[in-house]
Amino acid sequence: MTEDPELARLIAAHPPRPDALLPILHAIQDALGYLPPQATAPIARHLNLGRAEVHGVISFYHHFRTTPPGRHVLHLCRAEACRAMGGADLEARARAALGIDFHETTTDGAVSLEPAYCLGACAASPAIRLGDEIIGRVDAARLDALLAEIRQERAAGETA
Amino acid sequence: MSIRIYVPQDSTALALGAEAVASAIASEAAARNERIEIIRNGSRGLFWLEPLVEVETANGRVAYGPVSAADVPGLFAAGFQHGGSHPLALGLTEDIPFLKQQQRLTFARVGITDPLSLADYEAHGGLAGLRAAQAMRPEEIVATVTHSGLRGRGGAAFPAGIKWRTVREAASPEKYVVCNADEGDSGTFSDRMLLEGDPYCLIEGMLIAGRAVGASRGYIYIRSEYPQAWKIFNAALEHARAAGLLGAAGGFDIEARLGAGAYICGEETALLESIEGKRGQVRAKPPLPAIAGLFGQPTLINNVMTLASVPIILAKGADYYRDFGMGRSHGTLPFQLAGNIRHAGLFETAFGLSLGELLKDIGGGTASGRPIRAVQVGGPLGAYVTPDDFDLPLDYEAFAARNAMLGHGGLVVFDDTADMARMARFAMEFCAAESCGKCTPCRIGSTRGVEVIDRIIAGEAREKNAALLADLCSTMADGSLCAMGGMTPYPVMSAVRKFPSDFGLGG
Repeated sequence: MTEDPELARLIAAHPPRPDALLPILHAIQDALGYLPPQATAPIARHLNLGRAEVHGVISFYHHFRTTPPGRHVLHLCRAEACRAMGGADLEARARAALGIDFHETTTDGAVSLEPAYCLGACAASPAIRLGDEIIGRVDAARLDALLAEIRQERAAGETA
Repeated sequence: MSIRIYVPQDSTALALGAEAVASAIASEAAARNERIEIIRNGSRGLFWLEPLVEVETANGRVAYGPVSAADVPGLFAAGFQHGGSHPLALGLTEDIPFLKQQQRLTFARVGITDPLSLADYEAHGGLAGLRAAQAMRPEEIVATVTHSGLRGRGGAAFPAGIKWRTVREAASPEKYVVCNADEGDSGTFSDRMLLEGDPYCLIEGMLIAGRAVGASRGYIYIRSEYPQAWKIFNAALEHARAAGLLGAAGGFDIEARLGAGAYICGEETALLESIEGKRGQVRAKPPLPAIAGLFGQPTLINNVMTLASVPIILAKGADYYRDFGMGRSHGTLPFQLAGNIRHAGLFETAFGLSLGELLKDIGGGTASGRPIRAVQVGGPLGAYVTPDDFDLPLDYEAFAARNAMLGHGGLVVFDDTADMARMARFAMEFCAAESCGKCTPCRIGSTRGVEVIDRIIAGEAREKNAALLADLCSTMADGSLCAMGGMTPYPVMSAVRKFPSDFGLGG
């Protein structure tokens, strides 16, 4: 067995019961940023599940990703309360500025763009989420500034 | 004595800059050598005024807002730490009309107390309901909840007492209490505010429920889009265990589970599947979860608002709660004013106020200052209503009679620039993205629905496609396994009926 010791440790921290599956997936994604394909088999073994069952769960939930995310994950809320305050325009602006669609990462690995269906900030719409930070009442200028900030950081990273 | 200053740590307050305000206050106070204590409370729910900073004075708490970090030196210079006047001063918090007009039962403590202080919780009436319940037999607790008229606040409005009795009477050595905190409806945030602002209230409600139905184990399922609620609620669970309220000593424990971005997990049986570690697919009913729910055992599953309303019912009696409201809608509902509305926030009031009063008198009309064109009530599966419906009383039955629903109490306001054909298309698109895939009308119907609406918008055989859309919607409504596919037709068809010109249809 040439198992990744980090993965093995994250999995073994949970009881070997089927209902530990979501907590295990969260623990791995929190630690690594995504669920690598080689995680499926040891999870299945630990929980006495089929690999297909584990894969089925991973692919069902929008939160779980199987590819490494960009340095920043930007969620844009697409739901009604945000659309009532210009969320759809903001979405178009972000896609155009980044040159990517939802579920994609910019080629330089700076930003992954994801849709969200409600961040619970409906009284401060439109809202976005950058990592674990939720930002409310985002207008075009605020979005541009935020994206510029991320880009600047990227440029700084490249010169370093 | 140091001065107490309150800066909310509610997600939306943070989304509007509360963290920077708290740091600015701390550093400015240090620089000025002022002794202050910053308390991170929940939000009062007046989001157009967030970050709302409060200062405790001899006359009561005085509010300032919306405060930005840049305002802080000026606030200190104006003596805000002693309640001094300043352009951002709002007077005594309790006298702000939006707050003063409310009837806060479930939200009695939110924004007032330190969410993680059990002492503060008890000092503001917390645990009185649990103590009353401990002096009662389980059947009496169920009878009290039944008599209060409390109905499921998640949206379906099923009488809570009947559900509780069913679980109580189910014979099994193992039963569960599950709290549904998968608040996915756009335009709703009351569960989140309570989880962040008064978590012990929910814990108390779950403890009472456990005693009533004979369960020793509870689960709460919180959505992953709520990282702050997750953090605060888990901290509250730890404090409650340390205090002996939960755990072996309390005879009841609660395990928190984090969702993973699936709207459908707000449907109770999909939520149970998800806790069990499976894909969040809806189960066929019967059996009801009350008979065979989590891990096949009798399970009481209620929304956050339902369970958080229980402590006050036990503390003040069923009649106290029952006397609020109208008709068969007893008690209060924390309404959530969202989208394009001037006074966006949480307004808890007894059922019975009219929709127009809530949106115009309380909500202040649109944020854009333009006329209200449509309001989606009850989440993404709720119908669009128009100013013609403003006479409707906020009452479950009155809304149902007009093919609409109150649901979880969210109201999303749109002004006259809204394109309702686009919103109808979005309802179908959302259903396609979030369908669990178990039943065909929802899984396939939603995708076909997007295509048909696209053809109508593009002007292809409009009347024929409109008839097809109506037919598709009735198939979804009648043939879907749960409310996801079954109710997506509400926003779609209400938009078609009320705004035909947006679809290029005659009418």
